[in-house]
Amino acid sequence: MPRGKGSPPIVSRTGWRRLQDRLGGRVMAVMAAGAALLVLVMVAALLVRAWPILRCKPLGELLLGTSWHPLKGAFGFRPFIVGTLWVTALAMVIAVPLCTLCAICLAEYARPKVQRAAKPLIDLLAGIPSVVYGVWGMLTVVPLIREHVGPWADRHLGHVPFFSTAANPTGYGVLAGGIVLAVMVFPIIISVMEEVLCSVPDGLREATLALGVTRWIMVRKVVLRRALPGVIAAVVLGFSRAFGETMAVLMVVGNVPQAPRSIFDAAYPLTALIANNYGEMMSVPLYDAALMGAGLFLLLVVLGFNLLARLILRRATRRAM
Amino acid sequence: MKRSLLWKIEEAVMRGLMIGALVVVLGCLLLILSTVLWKGLPAMNLTMLIQAPQGGYYTGAEGGILNAILGSLYLAVGATLVAFLLGLPIALYLQVYAGHSRLVEAVRLSLDVLWGIPSIVYGAFGFSLMLFLGMRASLLGGIIALSLVELPIMCRAIEEVLKMVPFELTESAYALGATRWEVAWKVMVRQGLPGITSATLLAFGRGIGDAASVLFTAGYTDNLPTSLLRPAASLPLAVFFQLGTPFPAVQQRAYASALVLTAIVLIISVLSRLASERLSRYVVK
Repeated sequence: MPRGKGSPPIVSRTGWRRLQDRLGGRVMAVMAAGAALLVLVMVAALLVRAWPILRCKPLGELLLGTSWHPLKGAFGFRPFIVGTLWVTALAMVIAVPLCTLCAICLAEYARPKVQRAAKPLIDLLAGIPSVVYGVWGMLTVVPLIREHVGPWADRHLGHVPFFSTAANPTGYGVLAGGIVLAVMVFPIIISVMEEVLCSVPDGLREATLALGVTRWIMVRKVVLRRALPGVIAAVVLGFSRAFGETMAVLMVVGNVPQAPRSIFDAAYPLTALIANNYGEMMSVPLYDAALMGAGLFLLLVVLGFNLLARLILRRATRRAM
Repeated sequence: MKRSLLWKIEEAVMRGLMIGALVVVLGCLLLILSTVLWKGLPAMNLTMLIQAPQGGYYTGAEGGILNAILGSLYLAVGATLVAFLLGLPIALYLQVYAGHSRLVEAVRLSLDVLWGIPSIVYGAFGFSLMLFLGMRASLLGGIIALSLVELPIMCRAIEEVLKMVPFELTESAYALGATRWEVAWKVMVRQGLPGITSATLLAFGRGIGDAASVLFTAGYTDNLPTSLLRPAASLPLAVFFQLGTPFPAVQQRAYASALVLTAIVLIISVLSRLASERLSRYVVK
């Protein structure tokens, strides 16, 4: 590029480009740092809103107290936390075996054609709005439980703990919530697991198959063992997704503030508590602080699980390369 | 000999189980879509789509859900725009400017974590932010909360796309004397255009279906959205509130609303595939 020697412009073209590069980089770095800090800002904001109740009630009473009477100033989150745990645990019991099998099928067995066809379908499942899952739960899962699963369990499993339908024959309850949640976390668990399985080097597979074992034995003894941390991370990610899901669960779980004793009992998860009561929370003292505290609790739990899962995943996929 | 027979049996059993699992998972997808279609189609009519709720709508009187359709579109378009304007530079920064520094690792981890945070928490955060600023439930508040939900989805999706840009392409740009800024905006963005488009549509699809974050922040109203500072209705909440009424006629409309929402999400998803195919003509292979 010819550049005249006499009377250069105040900022030369190269200088301008260099300035643009530097300044632009700075601005983008600030934006990226802002995104990194967003998590902390969220924790801080919720902490500030929840402070009034954290200050005047001991943490133990809030988390373990069983009495929930906002008008009398009693804020015990235990029934809601227990409800969330029941629904989430049941969802994982349903989802984990199914998703593991599915991911193995897609990563190890399926032909590339099937693999390519299944991926958009699973993405589609991930894209369905949670309200639609809720509608599906109310229209399909709840009647199924009310008319078929419940009576069947009553006849055959009536005396087994955790399977009594006596308290709640409506179908709205932990089981319905668990099934809907399980379907909602299918896509995330499957896609993360598939990715993890695919990051296991092919050399291992070939070496194992060369020893004369069948494909499944190869998967069980070599691939799954190698991919175990990643598989666990996928499950943890699914768990934390299920833990914070709101609308779909809210619609099918019954919303009775009690600690469930059976999978047919109604429950009242923490997320549903927040979503159901936002309207009146400003008119009762400490109520808004309590709900924001519930939000903070959710955030911290999910944050912890996510950090754990991401760190495991990072290690697992790095080692594979 | 005996062991190999056992292995073969185990293999067959596991294969059966795997195919069963795949059928269950894909069957659920089919079941959800067909349930929504089955229940929604009979309740569907033109009035639903072109009218706002009239007086007594929630007890079964005339009206439609235009308020929610428009509200949802405004919310999602606004939020996607904000998330795009923030997300694209962040993704470019992560791919072009920052090598493997601590900051990059921290940002990536943070985005991953943000991606996992439940939308009700974004709603609660948006709500406390609005209290702090003295705002009330409004379209603007909903857009802010929703854009936070969409930001990590957008960033990660765009970054995945930028990772696929061939190494040789950026290297030759640098060799010609391009600055990192020019590589980012003139090479990366152009080469990644198909993927960036589909990432944006993906985030849009997620945004339009999200209910928990707009519950506190955008509120709900029967009026058509006209101002950024007024509350706005949204489709997911329309489904939720109509289902909550005890009148079967109104519940029917909830099914129709769910159908509209699902249709929008499906169309977006198809569009995103089409876009990434069409636009990849303009890309160096």
